[in-house]
Amino acid sequence: MNSLTKIIKYSFYDTWRSWWALLYGLFFLVISVTLLYFSGDFNKALVSLLNIILLLVPLISTVFGVMYAYNSREFTELLLAQPLKRNNIFLGQYLGLTLSLMLSLGLGLGIAFILFAGTAEESVHLGMLTLCGALLTAIFTGLAFLVSVLFEDRVKGFGIAILIWLFAAVIYDGLLLAFLVIFNDYPLEKATIGLTLFNPIDLSRILILLRLETAALLGYTGAVFNKFFGTASGMAVSLGALLLWIIIPLVIFLRKVQHKDF
Amino acid sequence: MIEIRNIAKAFGKLQVLNGIDISLEKGKIYAFLGPNGSGKTTLIKSILGLTQPDKGEIFIQDENIKDNWRYKSRIGYMPQIARFPENLNMMELFRMTMDIRKTPANEEKYISYFNLEDARDKKLKNLSGGTKQKVNAVLAFMFNPDILIFDEPSVGLDPVSHLKLKDLIREERDKGKTILLTTHILSEVEELADEVIFLLEGKIYFKGTVQNLVQTQNERNLERAIAQLLLQSEKKTKKLNLKAA
Amino acid sequence: MTTFPQHSRNFLFTVLALVLPVLLGAATILAKTLTVSPTGKIRSVKEAVRLAQPYDTIWVNAGIYHENEITIDKPLAIIGRQQAVLDARFKKGIFSVMAENVLIAGLTLQNVEESFTKNYAAVRVRGGGHVTVRNNTILNSYYGVYLEQTDSCTVSHNLIRGNAKQESTSGNAIHLWRTDHINIVSNKVSGHRDGIYLETSSNSTITGNISQNNLRYGLHFMFSDNNSYQRNQFMRNGSGIAVMYSRNIIMTDNLFEENWGAAAYGILLKDITDGYIERNIFRQNTTGIYAEGSSRLLLKNNEFRNNGWAVRLLGSSEDLTFEQNNFIGNTFEISTSTNYSSHNTFRANYWSSYTGYDLDKDGTGDVPHKPVKLFSYLLEDIPTSVVLLRSLFIDLLELMEKVAPVLTPENVLDNEPSTRLNVWKS
Repeated sequence: MNSLTKIIKYSFYDTWRSWWALLYGLFFLVISVTLLYFSGDFNKALVSLLNIILLLVPLISTVFGVMYAYNSREFTELLLAQPLKRNNIFLGQYLGLTLSLMLSLGLGLGIAFILFAGTAEESVHLGMLTLCGALLTAIFTGLAFLVSVLFEDRVKGFGIAILIWLFAAVIYDGLLLAFLVIFNDYPLEKATIGLTLFNPIDLSRILILLRLETAALLGYTGAVFNKFFGTASGMAVSLGALLLWIIIPLVIFLRKVQHKDF
Repeated sequence: MIEIRNIAKAFGKLQVLNGIDISLEKGKIYAFLGPNGSGKTTLIKSILGLTQPDKGEIFIQDENIKDNWRYKSRIGYMPQIARFPENLNMMELFRMTMDIRKTPANEEKYISYFNLEDARDKKLKNLSGGTKQKVNAVLAFMFNPDILIFDEPSVGLDPVSHLKLKDLIREERDKGKTILLTTHILSEVEELADEVIFLLEGKIYFKGTVQNLVQTQNERNLERAIAQLLLQSEKKTKKLNLKAA
Repeated sequence: MTTFPQHSRNFLFTVLALVLPVLLGAATILAKTLTVSPTGKIRSVKEAVRLAQPYDTIWVNAGIYHENEITIDKPLAIIGRQQAVLDARFKKGIFSVMAENVLIAGLTLQNVEESFTKNYAAVRVRGGGHVTVRNNTILNSYYGVYLEQTDSCTVSHNLIRGNAKQESTSGNAIHLWRTDHINIVSNKVSGHRDGIYLETSSNSTITGNISQNNLRYGLHFMFSDNNSYQRNQFMRNGSGIAVMYSRNIIMTDNLFEENWGAAAYGILLKDITDGYIERNIFRQNTTGIYAEGSSRLLLKNNEFRNNGWAVRLLGSSEDLTFEQNNFIGNTFEISTSTNYSSHNTFRANYWSSYTGYDLDKDGTGDVPHKPVKLFSYLLEDIPTSVVLLRSLFIDLLELMEKVAPVLTPENVLDNEPSTRLNVWKS
């Protein structure tokens, strides 16, 4: 086992055993069980679940990411004094935290799903939802780690990270809408598709809604979106964009941290 | 053992280290002194590779440490503040470091030496500050490294443990280890240090034995000698500030 | 023209009523039977038709007959035994009926030519009347059954399956033009341009048909008054159903399902006046009902389930009454055009998005329901903003609009929403 997997193992182990990882998983378990049990309509439950996941997964990943990054500073110093490659330490910590968050989310949704096993089609929907949740986890913990390395002051860093979340979750959509209103006279479908690629929350939302609310998204120019997001290549582009949202902040983070003084 | 050549480091406009040249031998305890911001910690962190100097080179056992991490397996480090992954217990922490370093360790010896038996299965976040410091000390010693670095080791330690730590440090020196130490406690310096390195404004202001220092400053004891040094440094700083103004 | 006095007119009718069946019966008794078979004396239907006397019956035995352009100019019954196949091999149409009292039944008719200039059909009825087309299988035909300037015909229990690829090169499965009193019953039509098409055709009943996977509309009519459409199923048609410029229509117990696309509607109502739309199910359509310029319609006991838009009302629609319908799980319940100021009534509908309460538990919500969402209003103006569907930002806007309505029309309101699903007998 190389040092990277060791670091992943221990930071995963460390976070996974904390009460909040448990709480996080339990929360999704309770929410999804409640929704699936009481709504009676699988798709409707999934839409509600989607809203919750799109809101909370980025927020919680951001908060945990920032807290973890700042709180483990001293321990990181201890690790840095050990014979370890720098990148492995930080990549390991990132992956450890991300994986434990993903596991909590996955278990919460997974157990609920086993209890209310649906059709094959429904499993695909839920799988897609879980995948998007996992990707969002990776994206927003990555952004949080990046913020922690860019801002020494943890209060400032925390604020900035929350702002990033707020921007992606709400403000971006407001600006997008303003943009659409202002340039209403121009054909904007393609531009809009492009713009959604720049917001991982929007992108995840559309990817899942295309499965759950096909009817509505097919309306109007929706067909254009469906032609893009609904095809295999559009799907690949979207997932690729989400992966870039993980990779780019992470690469910047690792480069910054490589030359950072502790 | 440790060769430091013309190290310089600035944080923004602040020149923290400004051309440091020293060579540290084995079998000696070096105490790094100096006012806050004089560059002690930065120097130590440079040796550990936590901070990367802008200029100069550091050799450990003739090996340049730049872009190198393997040399750290020969160093034991006890930082000033002890913070660990909250949800691991002490033994897991030790096992993890052993896992990372892959060198033989005799942690049991130090666990009993510092009376840490009761802490074995406790989560690290539930340990007191002093106990955490002892855990830190065990981490530094357990791999029997050639170089030991202590950053304010006495902080938070109870008197008995402090005494035990000092004994251990001497013992290790006698085994031929190179030991680096920063501290504010002058009795510690007097008791332990073979050589004192006084840093000021990122430069070595004095380097020599305790006796040497006392003599050069024409004082009766180390405390007064240090005070004298500090006084001089303050004057110098003021002058510098005036010049700058 | 001489006019009979009243009593003698009655007498004449009585005599006719007594004598006519006897005459017809005599004709039936006198009628003979001809059999077409690949190895027999008569080897083609065309030949049999030529030989037949009025009111004869032609039986077609099993076999593949390469025939086209069979003109029927006298009352005849042409009945296929099992596996009797008439194949035009993509040269023109098959039957051309110009007489009254014709029956075409039990045949497989296939491979009618596509044409831009001629409306070739498997069965084409022009003029005449009382023609019955029953139990046939019509495959790969440009037009399936084409009725033109005729009346009192029945098209029932046929399977009409096309292979249309493009709207411009395909015809309709059942096509009516200038007809009166036609029954279209229990046919299964698919793969054509339109499934069932009516133009200036009145007094028809369209009952129990299944029309699916047609390129354009499952059902398409215009300028066709006094027709009733009951217990039909329209599924997965390219643009759903479009009905236009007609009066007095009755649509009950139909199913409109999975008509998906930017311009696909469960039903598109354009300039439809006076009618009943009751007990229909609209399920998973992009838009359930789209009403434009329509008025005086009663929409009652319909179920709208999981549609993108359950109902879209354009400003020009007036006096529509939505009563005791169930709106379940639709992304948008009612959406109106931005210039909407019409008066339509919503009463006692069940809305699954209703957030009010019913303190006295009488099944009627104590607060009115507003089925128009701000976002749907926004979408009418800025279609592209559909990408923001279910985003937090839109939810926040929606909340604000709920607290202090600014944009959504005040008069689209169900004042007594049902808190329980409405039930009815079908």
